[in-house]
Amino acid sequence: MYQYDVIDREFLIDRSSEFRGQVGRRLAGEITEDQFKPLRLMNGLYLQLHAYMLRIAIPYGSLNPTQTRRLAEIARDYDKGYGHFTTRQNIQFNWIKLKDAPDILDKLAEVDLHAIQTSGNCIRNTTSDPYAGATAEEIDDPRVWSEVIRQWSTLHPEFSFLPRKFKIAITASAKDRTAAKVHDIGLLLRQGRDGTHGFEVIVGGGQGRTPYVGPSIKQFLPTDRLLSYLEAVLRVYNRHGRRDNIYKARIKILVAALGAEEFARQVEEEWSKIDAARADLPAAELARIRASFAKTPFETLPARSEAFELAKAHDSAFARFVRNNVRAHKQPGYAIVEVSLKAPEQTPGDASADQLELVADLAERYSFSDLRVTHAQNLVLPHVKQDDLPTVFAALQAAGLATPNIDLISDIIACPGLDYCALANARAIPIAQDIARQFADPDRAEEVGELKIKISGCINACGHHHVAHIGILGVDKKGEEFYQLSLGGSGAEDASIGKILGPALPADKVATAVDQLVGAYLNVRADGERFLDTYRRVGLEPFKEAVYAQAD
Amino acid sequence: MPKLIELADGEARWADDAFVHVADEDAIPDAGDVILSLARFEAEGDALLSSNSRRVGVRIESDQEVEVLAYDLPRIAVVALAFPKYRDGRAYTSARLLRERFGYQGQVRAVGDVLQEQAGFMVRCGFDAFEPADGATPEAWTKAARRFRHVYQRAADDRVVAFEERAS
Repeated sequence: MYQYDVIDREFLIDRSSEFRGQVGRRLAGEITEDQFKPLRLMNGLYLQLHAYMLRIAIPYGSLNPTQTRRLAEIARDYDKGYGHFTTRQNIQFNWIKLKDAPDILDKLAEVDLHAIQTSGNCIRNTTSDPYAGATAEEIDDPRVWSEVIRQWSTLHPEFSFLPRKFKIAITASAKDRTAAKVHDIGLLLRQGRDGTHGFEVIVGGGQGRTPYVGPSIKQFLPTDRLLSYLEAVLRVYNRHGRRDNIYKARIKILVAALGAEEFARQVEEEWSKIDAARADLPAAELARIRASFAKTPFETLPARSEAFELAKAHDSAFARFVRNNVRAHKQPGYAIVEVSLKAPEQTPGDASADQLELVADLAERYSFSDLRVTHAQNLVLPHVKQDDLPTVFAALQAAGLATPNIDLISDIIACPGLDYCALANARAIPIAQDIARQFADPDRAEEVGELKIKISGCINACGHHHVAHIGILGVDKKGEEFYQLSLGGSGAEDASIGKILGPALPADKVATAVDQLVGAYLNVRADGERFLDTYRRVGLEPFKEAVYAQAD
Repeated sequence: MPKLIELADGEARWADDAFVHVADEDAIPDAGDVILSLARFEAEGDALLSSNSRRVGVRIESDQEVEVLAYDLPRIAVVALAFPKYRDGRAYTSARLLRERFGYQGQVRAVGDVLQEQAGFMVRCGFDAFEPADGATPEAWTKAARRFRHVYQRAADDRVVAFEERAS
């Protein structure tokens, strides 16, 4: 993992003391809430329905055990004993008191964590592949480039007052676990014919009111030119993005209005004028950053672990966990373990202080002190020896963290919704719990296979419903919560925006409707087809009929 | 006269503002330094400058591009970049381009919704004069501009960047 040096640490201390001063002025009544709002938002502090919410950045979703334990401590001391992981690999605490916020930021800074740029119209935390450094698919470690961007974008003097927020995702694997194509910028690392590396640059993807799968504006950006090219994209956006209407201010609107080709032309023109020697990162600094992600000291192990095979053969619960939550590792004898935060009756993405501490211990003991957060709101132990899998499974199971449902129907992404959020029109969490209950039978869930359900409590789409196989959007109909279903979205490498199924349904009909959709899928699916594949083959009609036929 | 803070050698001070902002509907005073809108400058700037008796500045709104001044920059004493709201960040780009792309040596002045919380960003982008809208004093401005001991990216100032500190 990247190790903060004295410069990174002093930077966080300066930031924390700046915020303490601002909070002090607010509490003393020297500045009004209106004047304070932009200052607190720059430190991730939102005023929600019931309390302040603090969003803490987890750069590219990577945590060490010390940081994880500190998050547990904050959950216990300043919140109600839990935290909520978000779709951008961050963590939110929902019950924060304003007077405590400076102390919390100090405590975070002690372990190299912060809340910088988790809010506001700036470059937000860069997200990346939670399997980085562990999957055999990747052509390079995307964390290197994520860290380059973290530093470059931190309090960027030119790009801290953009028309709107700006989110970057990076992946270096063919399989995209970052939703890169629905980000403001998605960087897909590719290997060129000559063996050199470059980024395919996707710009202007997004969700919210106007969802877009972003177009590609550059097929192969040499990696050492990354920062100057980002500067060119951001500069074109900063100058020409709309500022008259908050709903039309994201870069996707500019790219759509100009057309991808014209936008790309403007970026190229600006890029050609930038002094590369000043804008691009010096090779020595890149090498320093790369060295801090140096190879994990894996042991040389046989590809097959007898202990692991034996446990699988004798323990069907363990075997099920392995089928669904364990992924292939690039190093023989190791595995990637997904820790599900989607247990039945749990709020998707929530983790208690005890659970955080347990996972920190497991990461320390069994995963080279490395822990990841996924955009699907789960955790990952990226480097576990196959020999240790039974032990790790038992520990997770005892803590309610071994639900064998990764990418299955109950692995639901949900925003906090009307239970917490000031913007929401409807609740998201109880709907997720209803659906999970409906598909509680693990055999049935496995039979249904990969099915990504995502729920947003309003059109801002924090729950990613546009890019769900089955998307659920909460709407307000004359004071009542209704839910609009959409089908066929994907946030992965085969990205697409879902299509609306039909009229919105009342809350108590949603889980039943999902059940009907699954029934229709099982009726017509061909061998090996996921729900999404079947939908793409047969279209909306059979699904529409399954849900609405009886109602007519 | 609006109060003007000037920054020199990392120190912010009150300054006597020799310039008068001339609104488009007002007549240009007979003498003295003036700051004109871009349209006014394009129409009357040549005549004013050729008289050689006073200095001329230009006010650039946030939706105007500084590139249009490229040819005239050596003759312009002040470029005043407008912040209609502090949230409108276009002037940061304008300031950097003036300093870094065009090598502009004159004064780059922040006008409009200019708040001390933005001081650090403004200074880094090459602004060296400020008409604060929040009653901020030079002391607050100096402090805000120096709040961070380190910076992570090159900009229009001469600060040593984190990766340069590490390499030295």
